[in-house]
Amino acid sequence: MTQLAEKPTVKDLDKGQLIDLLRQMMLIRRFEEKAAEMYARQRIAGFLHLYIGEEAVAAGAIAAINHDDYIISHYREHGHALARGVDPGRVMAELFGRETGVSGGRGGSMHLFDVERFFMGGYAIVAGHLPIACGLALANQRLGNGRIVLCIFGDGAVNEGEFHEALNLAAVWKLPVLFLCENNFYGMGTDIRRVSSVIEVYKRARAYAIPAEQVNGMNVLEMYEATQRAARRVRSGQGPVFLEAITFRFRGHSMADPESYRRKEEVQEWRELDPIVTFRQKLEQDGVIDEATFQALQAEVEEVVNEATRFAEESPKPPPEALYRHVYEEES
Amino acid sequence: MPEITFREALRQTLREELLADERVILMGEDIGAYGGSYAVTKGFLEDFGPDRIRDTPISESVIVGCGIGAAMGGLRPMVELMTINFSLLAFDQIVNNAAKLCYMSGGQIHVPLVIRMASGAGSQLSSQHSHSLEGWYAHIPGLKVAVPYTPYDARGLLKTAFRDPNPVIFIEHTALYSRKGEVPEGDYSIPFGQAEVCREGKDVTLIGYSGSVYQANGAADLLAEQGHQAEVLNLRTLRPLDVEAIVASVRKTHRAVVVEDDWKFGGFAGEIAAIIMEQAFDELDGPVARVCGADVPMPYAKELEQAALPSERQIADAALALM
Ligand SMILES: Cc1ncc(C[n+]2csc(CCOP(=O)(O)OP(=O)(O)O)c2C)c(N)n1
Ligand SMILES: [Mg+2]
Repeated sequence: MTQLAEKPTVKDLDKGQLIDLLRQMMLIRRFEEKAAEMYARQRIAGFLHLYIGEEAVAAGAIAAINHDDYIISHYREHGHALARGVDPGRVMAELFGRETGVSGGRGGSMHLFDVERFFMGGYAIVAGHLPIACGLALANQRLGNGRIVLCIFGDGAVNEGEFHEALNLAAVWKLPVLFLCENNFYGMGTDIRRVSSVIEVYKRARAYAIPAEQVNGMNVLEMYEATQRAARRVRSGQGPVFLEAITFRFRGHSMADPESYRRKEEVQEWRELDPIVTFRQKLEQDGVIDEATFQALQAEVEEVVNEATRFAEESPKPPPEALYRHVYEEES
Repeated sequence: MPEITFREALRQTLREELLADERVILMGEDIGAYGGSYAVTKGFLEDFGPDRIRDTPISESVIVGCGIGAAMGGLRPMVELMTINFSLLAFDQIVNNAAKLCYMSGGQIHVPLVIRMASGAGSQLSSQHSHSLEGWYAHIPGLKVAVPYTPYDARGLLKTAFRDPNPVIFIEHTALYSRKGEVPEGDYSIPFGQAEVCREGKDVTLIGYSGSVYQANGAADLLAEQGHQAEVLNLRTLRPLDVEAIVASVRKTHRAVVVEDDWKFGGFAGEIAAIIMEQAFDELDGPVARVCGADVPMPYAKELEQAALPSERQIADAALALM
C-alpha cells in the first residue's frame, strides 16, 4: 500500500471529536446489523448492500468536509447518509418503503436523498453519478459559494466510460470535486485483480493529471486526515483530487450473495483490521476513553437504532393514490 | 411579422435567455469556437465568454450528467448533443438520471435542464447520422419532448423549455434549420401539450411532428388536387401529448394517417394509433394508417435514402385508401 506523504497528526481533533468518530462508526455498524435483521424478517425487500467493515471511510471522510459540501454516492450509501447526519429513522423508514422515508418510499436502499443536508443521493448505475458530481461542482464554481463535492464510488466504477469522462472533465475544468473510491477489491463477485489492467486505482486518476493517493480506509484518523488535506486543495480552486480508500466489506455484496468467490480466510484477515475495534483500542490506549465510555456509547447507538426501527415500523405505507406523484415537478 | 429561419429563431431565444439570466449556461461539443455544428450558437462565445459558452470534450455522457448536476446545483443549463444519434451515448444519463431523479428522491430533486439535439435524414449522411428517435425519448416518464416544426414553434417551445422545472428533450429536424417562417418580435411562448391545426379539413386528419409535418402538408396539397380536404395536425410536443386535439380532429374527419420519419415497428405512430383506437374507435371510418420510415438503417445513396423516408405521395395514397 502506498504510504501517505505525511503521517496523520490529527492534532486539531479534540477528545469530543475523537469520540464522535467512534460513535459514528458504531452507529453505522449497528444500523447495518439491524437492517440485515429486518431484511431477514422481511421488513426490508429489494437489494440491501451493507457497509459493514467500511465504516472508517464514511466516518473519517465526511467528518473532514463542511456540512454544506455536497455528497453524492453509489448504492452502498447508508453509511454515507448517516455520517452526513441524515436522520436514522428516516433512512430506516426508506428501507421499509414507508411514506416517511427520506425519499418518500420511492427510492429504497439504493436511492437515499436528503437535499436539505446536501446529500444528493445514492445511485445504482455503476459510475452513473460521477458526471453529476461534475455538474454540482460546476454550479459551485460558477456561484462562487466555496462548496466542494464529495463523490463516492466503488472500485467497480473505474472501468466504466463515465468514470473516465468525468475525471477528464473535472480535471480540464478544474472542478471542485473530491473523488473518493472505496476500493474493497470486489465488484459483486469479481476480484479487481481479474478485470483491471491497473489495480492501483489512484494511478488511473494520475493519468488525468489529478493529484491522487491511496489511504488506509480501515483507519478513521487516516481517512480524516487525508480527506481534510484533499478537501483543502479542492476548495482552493486547483481542481479535483482523488483518494483511493483501501477497505473491505465484511459481508456479501448484498443480502442475496452466497460469497462463493472469496476465501473465508481472506475475510478473516480483514476482520482483524476491524476499524471500530482498532480505533477503540487506540482511544483506550491513548486514555481518551475507558471501558465505561465505550459501554455508554454502545447503549446510545443501540437506542438510536431501536428508535429508528420503531419509527420505520410505525410509519404509514405510501397510499397507492400517490403513485404518480413526483414523476414531474409541478411548474414553478 | 418578420420572417426568420428556424435556426435564427433558436438563436434569438437562446440569446435572450443568456441575457436574462446569469444562471443560464450552454455546454456542448463545438458550440463555442466552432459556432455549433448547425451554427445555432454562432457568435455566442464572443458575446458571453467561455465560462457560459462551454466547449466540451467529446463525452456525451458527462456532458448531459454535468448538465443534470449543474441544474441540481442551481444553474439553468442547456446542453447540445449535436445529433440524436450521439445522444445514445448519453442515454444512461438521460433515462436513468434526468428522468428519474425527481421521482426517486421523493420530489426533492428537480432537473431544469434543456437538452437540444438535431434529428432526421435527408442529407445523405447514412446510417449513423440520420435517425429520428424522438419516440424513444417520448417513451420515458419524467421527460418532456418538444418537436418544433416552424420557426414560430422553435422560439415558443424553447421559451417554455427554459421555464420548465423538468428535463426537456428539444429535437430539431436538420431539414428545418434554414426554413423561414413568421415569428413575432415580442415575447411569447407555446405551452407544452398543445398541438396546432396547421391546415383545416374535413375528410382526413394527417398527424405529424417536426420535419414530417412538411410532408403531411405536401400530401394535403396533393389530396386537395383530387378534391379532398385534409386536416394537418402539428403535434409540437410528444410528451405531453395533446390527445384532445387528436381526438377532436378524428371526430371531425373520421380518418387518420400518422406520419413519422422514425421506424414504424414499435414506434410512436403506433402509440398515436392506439390512443385513437382507445378514445375514438366509434368515430373511425377505417383503420388508422401509418406512413413511417422504412425498417432499415438509413442508407447513403440518394435514391435509397428517399425510398426509406415517408413521401407526400405515400401519405396521400394512404389517405385515399381510407376514403
Ligand atoms: C452499469 C451497471 N452495471 C452493472 C451493475 C450491477 N452491479 C451492481 S453493484 C456491482 C458491483 C459494483 O462494485 P463496486 O463499484 O466495487 O462497489 P461495491 O459493491 O464493491 O461497493 C454491479 C456489477 C450496475 N448496477 N450498474
Ligand atoms: Mg468494490
